[in-house]
Amino acid sequence: MAINYIYPVYEVVRDFGRCVNCKLCVGQCANGVHFFDEKKGVLRVDDAKCVNCHRCVATCPTRALKIVKSDNTYKENANWTVDSIKEIYRQAETGGVLLSSMGNPQPLPVYWDRILINASQVTNPSIDPLREPMETTVFLGSKPDRIVRDAQGKIVDNMSPQLKLGTPIMFSAMSYGSISYNAHASLAKAAEKLGIYYNTGEGGLHEDFYRYGKNTIVQVASGRFGVHPDYLNAGECIEIKIGQGAKPGIGGHLPGAKIVGDISKTRMIPAGSDAISPAPHHDIYSIEDLRQLVFSLKEATDYKKPVAVKVAAVHNVAAVASGIARSGADIIVIDGFRGGTGAAPTRIRDNVGIPIELALASVDKRLRDEGIRGNVSLVVGGSIRNSADVIKAVALGADACYIATAALMAMGCHLCRSCHTGRCNWGIATQIPELVARLDPEEGCRRLVNLVTAWTHEIKEMMGGMGINSIEALKGNRLMLRGVGLNSKELEILGIKHAGE
Amino acid sequence: MLRIDCEGKHFSQIGQMIRQTAEKEIFVDNAQGHRYIAAGVGGKNIIVNGTPGNALGAYLDGSSITVNGNAQDAVGDTMNDGLIVIHGNSGDAAGYSMRGGKIFIKGDAGYRAGIHMKAYKDKFPVLVIGGKAGSFLGEYQAGGIIVVLGIGTDSKTNVGYFTGNGMHGGKIFLRSEQLPDLPQQIIARKATAEDMAEIEKYVGEYCRYFGGQVEEILNRDFYVLTADSANPYKQLYTSV
Repeated sequence: MAINYIYPVYEVVRDFGRCVNCKLCVGQCANGVHFFDEKKGVLRVDDAKCVNCHRCVATCPTRALKIVKSDNTYKENANWTVDSIKEIYRQAETGGVLLSSMGNPQPLPVYWDRILINASQVTNPSIDPLREPMETTVFLGSKPDRIVRDAQGKIVDNMSPQLKLGTPIMFSAMSYGSISYNAHASLAKAAEKLGIYYNTGEGGLHEDFYRYGKNTIVQVASGRFGVHPDYLNAGECIEIKIGQGAKPGIGGHLPGAKIVGDISKTRMIPAGSDAISPAPHHDIYSIEDLRQLVFSLKEATDYKKPVAVKVAAVHNVAAVASGIARSGADIIVIDGFRGGTGAAPTRIRDNVGIPIELALASVDKRLRDEGIRGNVSLVVGGSIRNSADVIKAVALGADACYIATAALMAMGCHLCRSCHTGRCNWGIATQIPELVARLDPEEGCRRLVNLVTAWTHEIKEMMGGMGINSIEALKGNRLMLRGVGLNSKELEILGIKHAGE
Repeated sequence: MLRIDCEGKHFSQIGQMIRQTAEKEIFVDNAQGHRYIAAGVGGKNIIVNGTPGNALGAYLDGSSITVNGNAQDAVGDTMNDGLIVIHGNSGDAAGYSMRGGKIFIKGDAGYRAGIHMKAYKDKFPVLVIGGKAGSFLGEYQAGGIIVVLGIGTDSKTNVGYFTGNGMHGGKIFLRSEQLPDLPQQIIARKATAEDMAEIEKYVGEYCRYFGGQVEEILNRDFYVLTADSANPYKQLYTSV
């Protein structure tokens, strides 16, 4: 019906002067954009199927392809944008909830870009990280509030279990199911090489990856998929997932069609059955209930693992974090509203939650004001895009950062935001064996290690520039930050001065 | 055999004693709301005298637990395998997300019993409630069997509101005169002989623990609730 027709967003442009008819593009596109017209003897395209993932562009041996945004327009309207018009058409036709993938792409303020980092000049001289040791190791976990000595005056070890990270960066939760086996393998190998941690997400832990346990955080979410005593003991830390930045307040639903083979085995549910994670944990309606889950996990693992609680950055996140810090949890994870997802309702992804920068600043301040900051470590995620974002997060009070979208990009993700289709041409957000095989875990690992190593170099360089030789000395050091173009309320919440002050 | 007197002890001390002992037979006496007893424990036979606290036998991995008294909330939370027998009532969320093993409650269960139960391969969770169950029984159930016998109750349904909300697998058996109000995704029918054969052994086991006549219990109307379609939410979304 003409009323439903939505003109393709992208146009695939083929330079026939360059194209050698090798048909590689046909095989590379799982969306079926490219096809060979036998009658005419030429390669043709169906633009409507293109998600702009650049797989064909990147693999074309003669650089004959490019993808451009269509210049087909609706009548210009600053209020009714092209996207909003198309969404109306789609919903009017289907009656369905709009579904999207990856993080919020809307032009909302990115506070990281409004914060600038300090450097030393003359006084408190900068340090050359090439010559002098720079410490980027951090320990995550609850810190004792006082030193205890025994009768002989010796210090009693009253330290809770800690996670030791060589650099304040970890790979954030992505379940096996939402991403592929090879993507998980890449993350696990890279975490081991880097001396950091990756996170299983809520889909359980594949038996092949138990050997990376020393670098694994296992997640427990409302669906409790794949959760059993061996799983809880397999990693070094247990993360309770309450919320996710991309979709605060709602649960997850992996359709039965995606519960196949190893995914069924890892989640410990029958193949073909829906995997529903209810919005809340139905045994947690209060901080006291949360405390119960924290301690039942600690009891089941003999108090050997720190327990993290992950929440989405929402309006009252500081009060929530205060409760979590009193629940017995060792680590609080806050996920900002730009955090990625394998699938989320568009309206929720784009409209619910708050920026991680503001959430982090207010949580750190609240915990310090209440004298309980030492009870917990703070880990933040939700679009940490580079090493400067890490530095700024640490200076705002974070102990470490979680990265996931950046890690996916290191493995080849081109941010086409079509994960929910399950046909990722880069072998990441798919379970189709031929597509998964495109991601070589060794290569994925190499690139992840490169990324985090490069960021760590940059972190050391920026620390050196500030005259700081230990990341611990940067933590919560907001004097190292200045805002630019921010109003006084924003500066007040961030707890930083304006540039020039 | 190990005897633990809970009097004056913190739950973490009791947990440590249970985890560290090589004894298979453990008596936990004087329980006064001590939480997390036997969390994650496998291969033990634990008898609890008194009232254990929340999360008794959470993540239980093959032990058997007998409670001579009532249990509180979240009995057998995310239990993987084993047996829990409660000679009394249980609080809310009994058997939350249990994947395997069996829980028998002599009397009533609170709200949200058996929610998110799921089965996998040889793991098949069974929750038998002798008396009544509260609201949200079997919410989000994905597998396994929940049986509510309604023994000694005079109410017509023996369950509260919203039974089987979001259920997408498994079965709920209700021994009652009439059906409660049910969500649209649930199919309810009178139990057939085949259905009854499925639960006979569990009712038999119930009677072995708590007394009663199997025939007498089975000789009443039972309803079976199952999820309607494989994918009730499939049509909810639209994407590019």
